[in-house]
Amino acid sequence: MPRLPLPRTVLPRRLPLGSPFPLLLLACSFALAAYAGVRLFADDWFGVALWIVGSALLHDLVLVPLYGLADRVVVRGLGAAGQRGRTPYVRVPAALSLLLLLVWFPLISGMTAQRYQLATGLSPDGFLTRWLLITAALFGGSALLLAFRVRRAAKQRPPASH
Amino acid sequence: MAAGQAGRQRFVMGGAPFSGRPAAYGRDMRDPSRLPTSPGFWRSPLRGTWFTSVLGLVLLVGITVLFVTGLVSYAAYNPDLSPVNDMTPDKGVLGFYLFAWPSGPVWLYRFTQGLHVTLGVTLVPVLLAKLWSVVPKLFTLPPARSVTHALERISLLLLVGGGLFEFTTGVLNVQLDYVFPGSFYPLHFYGAWVFFAAFLAHAALKTPTALRAVRHRVRDESELAAPCPDAPTVSRRGALGLVGGGSLLLFLTTVGQSLGGPFRRTALLAPHGTADPGGGPNGFQINKTAAYAGVTAADTHEDNWRLVVTGRTGTVRLSRARLLQLPLHSASLPIACVEGWSTADQWWHGVRLRDLAALVGYDGDPPDVLVESLQSHGAFRRAALRANQVADGRSLLALYVNGEELSPDHGHPARIIVPAAPGVLNTKWVARLTFGDL
Repeated sequence: MPRLPLPRTVLPRRLPLGSPFPLLLLACSFALAAYAGVRLFADDWFGVALWIVGSALLHDLVLVPLYGLADRVVVRGLGAAGQRGRTPYVRVPAALSLLLLLVWFPLISGMTAQRYQLATGLSPDGFLTRWLLITAALFGGSALLLAFRVRRAAKQRPPASH
Repeated sequence: MAAGQAGRQRFVMGGAPFSGRPAAYGRDMRDPSRLPTSPGFWRSPLRGTWFTSVLGLVLLVGITVLFVTGLVSYAAYNPDLSPVNDMTPDKGVLGFYLFAWPSGPVWLYRFTQGLHVTLGVTLVPVLLAKLWSVVPKLFTLPPARSVTHALERISLLLLVGGGLFEFTTGVLNVQLDYVFPGSFYPLHFYGAWVFFAAFLAHAALKTPTALRAVRHRVRDESELAAPCPDAPTVSRRGALGLVGGGSLLLFLTTVGQSLGGPFRRTALLAPHGTADPGGGPNGFQINKTAAYAGVTAADTHEDNWRLVVTGRTGTVRLSRARLLQLPLHSASLPIACVEGWSTADQWWHGVRLRDLAALVGYDGDPPDVLVESLQSHGAFRRAALRANQVADGRSLLALYVNGEELSPDHGHPARIIVPAAPGVLNTKWVARLTFGDL
């Protein structure tokens, strides 16, 4: 039976192998990962797979776009007010505060308060207050720094430019 | 001065007249740069080989230290001594390096585990920044240029997923938030090996590029850099400064829980920071209270409690009064938890473990010991200590701490205290000691 000649672009091109050293290295890496992975997935494979794949997806498809968007809103908002250069004075304290919230969320939100108190004998109440105080200090410090720099810039301006 | 100048420079740079080019609004909906698969979608002027390389090299060192201190912590549990110490009995060759954990210096586990947890927390912003800096590569098309490239991208899923899994389980566990799918020990241990397998391959493939980029200050000519970046609001150095500042802030609000003493007050958000429970001689950090462990006052009452010691020559039952007639010794030892927090040295007073071994026929040749607690639940209510730990003169069945009887939460009527051992092997509310080779 005569074969119809297909245009070259439609034919699936064979994937080239690539360089051999990385290939070998990745094979070794996968072998070790599989050896440990079999044990990691032994008890609750679905739960663990959900956590590993889910954490990568949650980070890359939710967390990163979310803080990228938040940053863009701040930059655009300040830009609209003609203050784009002052973005860092908002961005830095906000980023640091959110970082602390992200890392210590179970303690700050109080979601483990009961177990925490019963296990350690410590009060679970201070975390939210302390995080809020640190946040206030970060924004306060940033505002003071901005005020200081604006003042200094005004002083250094030659009087003729008024 | 320098900081002021840099600040002013940024101020001027950011304050330059906004180009006014309505970047997003002017573009047609069919414009391919609206899709993340297009390089033009990514607008941050910060991304680039140099930025990613600096973060990558920090993680290369940091994660190696995390992995090694993690393996050290695993060895500190003496998992090959007895099944009761082994939360990962299927480890196979992954336990190839295990060794008899030494009983000194007394601060050994305090140091290695404090380093593991504090460094892990400190590296969170570096990890996040590194992942942010390479996120466009997740969407690169075509999905694979070669078989090697395809495998490398699959390996990256293990790297990113595994890395986030390790950091997340660690950070949740120290906050007692046990939401992960299973027991922390096997998840964090096997997860570490999966992650490290991908990490090794990635480091071998990328470190040369990263070193070259940092040495020769390669800046923009890379697939990581945005082809048409927005005007910057911060320099790359400034962005690295923010990452470093985040790490410093986390470090300063965490490390105090591992330093103890007056520094504990500085650990504002760490689980065992700011305050000690109660006051007085027993006012130091508690891992699990008596109430949590299900130990009641009736269990430990003078009339009910007996220590059962078994060995070569049979079994003896000792009341607390009888124990107090044995030679009592003192040792200054810390409590150091796998969660990274620790206490300064406490002054313990009690009976040497090797003297108790001698009572049951091991005079001068103390063997291993299996310690059993009164507590009704908890993974380590039974724990094994190795002969070298039993033989150490500072290893005690403590009855007093800092000159006072142990409080219920610190293990009244008697607890184990062993130099350099993970806190959870210092069994509280001890009911039974079985000496013999395990």
